[in-house]
Amino acid sequence: MKRKRKYESGSATAFITRNQALRKLQLSLKDFRQLCILKGIYPQEPKKLKQATKGSGITRTFYFVKDINYLSHEPLIVKFRQTKRFMKRLTKAIHKKNDDAVARIKASRPKYKLDHIVKERYPSFIDAVRDLDDCLTMCFLFATLPTSFTVKTRSVQLCRRLTVEFQHFVITSQALRKVFISIKGIYYQAEIMGQTITWIVPHKVGYQQPSDIDFKIMRTFVDFYTTLLGFTNFRLYHSLNLHYPPQLQLAGAKDETETKCLKSEATEERLAAMTQTLKAMVTDNIEDADVDEFPVGNPDDPDFIEKAKLESEKLNQFQNLFKGKKFFLNREIPRESITFIIRSFGGEVSWDKSLAVGASYQESDESITHQIVDRPTVEKQFLSRYYIQPQWIFDCVNSQMLIPVEDYFPGVELPPHLSPFVKEKEGDYVPAERKQQMRRQQGIDSGVEEDDGLMEDEDDDDEDEEEAVEEEEDDDDEEEEDEEEDDSDENSDDEEEETPKKSKKDVKKPVKTPKPAKKPKDMAVTPGSVEKVNVNRKVQQQEKEEKRLAEMMIPKKKKRLYETIVKSQTRRDTKIQQLKDKRKVINRRNKLSKAGGE
Amino acid sequence: MAAVTTKRKISPVEDIDINNGVNLFVDEPPDSEDDDDTTDSDSSEYSGLEDEPDTEDEGDDEEEDDEDDEDEEEDEEDDDAENDEDGEDEDESDVEDSAEEASSHSKPTSQEIVTAGPDVKEGKITQLPDEYEYDSSDEEDIRNTVGNIPMEWYRDYPHLGYDVEGKKLLKPEKGDELDEFLDKMENPDYWRTVSNKLTGQKVLLSKEDVKIIQNMQKFKNPVGSDMYEPWIDFFTNEKMIHPVSNRPETKASFIPSRWEMLKVSQMVHALKMGWMKPTPIRKPDEEDENNFYMLWKDDEEPEITRQYRQYIPAPKVRLPGHAESYNPPEEYLPSEKTVERLKKEIARGKTRTIPQKFSSLRLVPGFKNFIRERFERCLDLYLCPRQRKVRMNVNPDDLIPKLPKPRDLQPFPTTEYLVFKGHKGIIRTISPDPKGQWIASGCDDKTVKIWEVATGRCIKTFNVEAKVKGVAWNPNPSLSIIVVAVETSLIIINPQVGDKLICSKTDLLINSFEDVELPPGPTDKPKVTEWELYEDEEYELGFRLKIKHQREISQVTWHGKGDYFASTMPKGESKSVLIHQLMKRRSQNPFSKPKGLVQCVLFHPIRPFLFVATQRYVRIYNLMKQSLSKKLLSNCQWISSMAVHPGGDNVIIGSYDSKLAWFDLDLSTKPYHTLRHHTKALRSVTYHKRYPLFASASDDLSVIVCHGMVYSDLLQNPLIVPVKVLRGHKAAKGLGVLDCQFHPSQPWIFTAGADGTIRLYT
Repeated sequence: MKRKRKYESGSATAFITRNQALRKLQLSLKDFRQLCILKGIYPQEPKKLKQATKGSGITRTFYFVKDINYLSHEPLIVKFRQTKRFMKRLTKAIHKKNDDAVARIKASRPKYKLDHIVKERYPSFIDAVRDLDDCLTMCFLFATLPTSFTVKTRSVQLCRRLTVEFQHFVITSQALRKVFISIKGIYYQAEIMGQTITWIVPHKVGYQQPSDIDFKIMRTFVDFYTTLLGFTNFRLYHSLNLHYPPQLQLAGAKDETETKCLKSEATEERLAAMTQTLKAMVTDNIEDADVDEFPVGNPDDPDFIEKAKLESEKLNQFQNLFKGKKFFLNREIPRESITFIIRSFGGEVSWDKSLAVGASYQESDESITHQIVDRPTVEKQFLSRYYIQPQWIFDCVNSQMLIPVEDYFPGVELPPHLSPFVKEKEGDYVPAERKQQMRRQQGIDSGVEEDDGLMEDEDDDDEDEEEAVEEEEDDDDEEEEDEEEDDSDENSDDEEEETPKKSKKDVKKPVKTPKPAKKPKDMAVTPGSVEKVNVNRKVQQQEKEEKRLAEMMIPKKKKRLYETIVKSQTRRDTKIQQLKDKRKVINRRNKLSKAGGE
Repeated sequence: MAAVTTKRKISPVEDIDINNGVNLFVDEPPDSEDDDDTTDSDSSEYSGLEDEPDTEDEGDDEEEDDEDDEDEEEDEEDDDAENDEDGEDEDESDVEDSAEEASSHSKPTSQEIVTAGPDVKEGKITQLPDEYEYDSSDEEDIRNTVGNIPMEWYRDYPHLGYDVEGKKLLKPEKGDELDEFLDKMENPDYWRTVSNKLTGQKVLLSKEDVKIIQNMQKFKNPVGSDMYEPWIDFFTNEKMIHPVSNRPETKASFIPSRWEMLKVSQMVHALKMGWMKPTPIRKPDEEDENNFYMLWKDDEEPEITRQYRQYIPAPKVRLPGHAESYNPPEEYLPSEKTVERLKKEIARGKTRTIPQKFSSLRLVPGFKNFIRERFERCLDLYLCPRQRKVRMNVNPDDLIPKLPKPRDLQPFPTTEYLVFKGHKGIIRTISPDPKGQWIASGCDDKTVKIWEVATGRCIKTFNVEAKVKGVAWNPNPSLSIIVVAVETSLIIINPQVGDKLICSKTDLLINSFEDVELPPGPTDKPKVTEWELYEDEEYELGFRLKIKHQREISQVTWHGKGDYFASTMPKGESKSVLIHQLMKRRSQNPFSKPKGLVQCVLFHPIRPFLFVATQRYVRIYNLMKQSLSKKLLSNCQWISSMAVHPGGDNVIIGSYDSKLAWFDLDLSTKPYHTLRHHTKALRSVTYHKRYPLFASASDDLSVIVCHGMVYSDLLQNPLIVPVKVLRGHKAAKGLGVLDCQFHPSQPWIFTAGADGTIRLYT
């Protein structure tokens, strides 16, 4: 039998340090990084560090040897080497001031494609869809960046094109589910092929490019992401039978507006406006596609089928949330995001013709139902439409229904905008507004339509006030509930004790009090008071003590775990308690101010 | 060759003292008179300037002499002619002036012709040789060679300076005031007559000169308004027959280039060999645009070249909560204090955002760190190792071992019932009597007190000579004897409490055995101890015997039957453990050499075993066989106390590193269970004689009572459940509870503390 030596198998041979990898691949660190980014290879943490370091124990960056072997077959490496050579030739020519040569060499810049890597990394399409989160966020960011030495015009334009295409897809497939305006940007969540994809679009403001950030890394990522997004778009468009380089249904209908730019630019702009639908390859049989669908999960159970049907109906209703509504956007509104949202829920959007390309109708159109304004006052108002602030759109989508517009009139203080991504667990703090939202949703489900009735009524001031009062009452109730919950630990016990105490006293006093009166002696016997026995508290204390004693018996191995869990729980509880307390204070203040106002 | 004369026009003006009391603007006479004078002016201007008449261009002349005579126009026609005329000029003009100074000038200018007229007219001015004629601003003024000095220096001299030849230049004669006045009155040109400081001459300014001065004063172009000269298109775009320059082509231009030939031949060769190819025409659309196609044609078919390793997708970014909203509920907004803290954290890069509320969407600013955050995400994606981690979703209650509830394990002491006060020092040791009626305590205040358990009253106090380290009541209920360890001696006391019959019987027993003991004594080995009798008063008080040791005694303990007792002397070396027999009044040293520092010893309750606890081990000796039977490894740093279960098969050990170890002697020599309930050093551990209870007292002021059930079934391990934590003692001198003892029959516990109290918990 062969003698087994140390460090000849296992972790010692499975891992390779980064420098070793560089030497093996004969690449510079820069190229290696780029390759790792493109191929999606990340370092590994060996479980047996000592073995992996062959006893030295010095921590380094480790990669799988297999990963590196896999990289060594990558055709991109050849391209990298060619690029290196090319750069050498070019710089030489430049320094020699040989202009002809520079021009000639520049023309022969080695180019590489990343198609095969996309296919390699995402062998099936669903894998690619699952990984779209970062890709989309990055592309949306790059689409807004100004071009500079580090950010090339071409990639910015490509990002813009691809993101617009993707948004068109989401609109057409009605895949958008949740939206959220945060301080960082606007979050969107869509459901594509059963995968939830979340991406962030930064607010449309000029962003200062930080100087200490290596844009080369970002650029490499973007190179890959654009390729990925392009192919994904292509596939997604084909799944909906759309033309891939997207074409508008009414192409060439109105061309008078854009006369000052190139024709290609004009079409691109109109595409980016997102107000028009795309042209499909096959027009007819899309409508009847999902009628005959049956849930596959449990066909025997009739309830299940019923439930699934209800679900799909609900979803359908949600997807056509803004159907039949006509929106008009004023200035100063994030036009693109709002258009995107409204259009993906079936609404129609337009804006002032002078504002941007793609306006389909004008402000004077009488059929407009909602006009979105982000200013406290509106100069010229039409009676036939609601004037609302942009948050209404977002809140509607998040509560999956049309919520009353009264709170969102221009100049009105907006209700808080809640995150739709929070899933409240038991014991978590739920803001009052969230409770209201849930109640609204349930109200619709159970067929009670209080809010809807209010909403469809004319917006009289009285009713507004009424509603306000109602809400206030709601708040108060909650507050009281909260208080009760809080105090239940402390007060209720006392109260409970006091009642039997009193009753006992009542019974005993008439018996006892006359006695000392009858026999006034030197040795006075004072009436003994009944010992206050706080039963509940005692029980609680006992339980607490028991728990404490039981905790002592936790074996040492589990003690650490137990302590961390308990610690985190207490931390969470204190946070929740803090929020509750704050809310209470705020509610009280609001009440006071309201009372003072009246 | 071309000389520009326009510049020179100004020069005379510069030299002339304008501030001669002449107002050039106000007193200007009408133009009509000036016709002649202007011509004069020319003379003054050009006098002596032109050394070479050839230099003059026609254009120049045209500019200057708008009002010249016809003669002049003739001059313009030909250069040669001018020269001739010059000659004439000289003749015509002043005969006198040339006499002295003209000699320096070889050729007078053409303009001098003109000057002749007026000069003749006004004899006064031209009386002196007109040196002004030779004036040239470009060169050094050669009429006067003094140079650029203040002319006042020559004020008192008759001369002004020196000419080229070194002769004195005399000042021109100057008339008196009257002449001046007359001149002023008579001469119409007085206002434009100025004197040249350098030569003393009077100079008549021409009309043009005046104009120039006026222009200059008005900050206008001094030359005049003619700024737009006709444009001469020299290098025209039109083809011309004649070359611009007549220079013949070089010879080299006719010889074919050698380098070009080489280069061309190279290229031809390259073409021939196929090295050089025509540059391909780029199609911008094809190269720049990414051509996307259907990459995933058939999803269902599993990829053969599936990656060998499991791909771990990157974890998704955490989704935002309510606090990150642009318009969050108010309770999520941080208070000012937290804002400051958050700002600090942001500076440290710990967090990125502070929750903020904006009243409307248009007011929301861009997120400053958006790009940075994306960048960090990129770094995470390619630099961070990924691992699948199973998130433990453990209910903390599941970690607590399932044990019977203390309620079900009653009885055990729960509440403080009595406090025995009276000692004035640290109570180190207590011991209840076997019936449970009395309790003895030993204290640092050099007393031993006997208390009645039921009432808490001190019945008796024995004063001893030093601090009491150990008290032990004889476990035999038919005897009333206490052994007290005081420094280096053991004192046997009959407390004389309780049944008098027993007391007297005990005395009898002690006295009777004394007699038996004496005879064989001296024949034995040298005694390890000395037994002494108390007499008289002390005997009356209850002191009976005194056993003198060589070293300080730390602990004393009885055998279960009440005849033997053992004392421990940690510093006794070879005599650290001694066993005494009361009846025979005899002491023996069981160990020739103890292993380690002995902490305490205990007798086995049933069998003839002795437990000896050293610093880290407990050794069990068989006293009959006189051999080591077992060695227990405690895993503690320093054992402080030890107790043996009444059954004899279980031992607990308390240690100074706050551990309590339970040994099951049937199982192994290692602890069956180690409890770390206390936070400070354990001082004492004890078992209850009847109930399945044990307790530990510690410096953290607590006494923990545990249920410790030992089953008769050997297969079932002992059950240990903590049932009560008793508190009540106060800290004193860094010590807490020093001793604890169970009541022999009841589930009560006595504790002795450093605060000078004994407490009874029931």
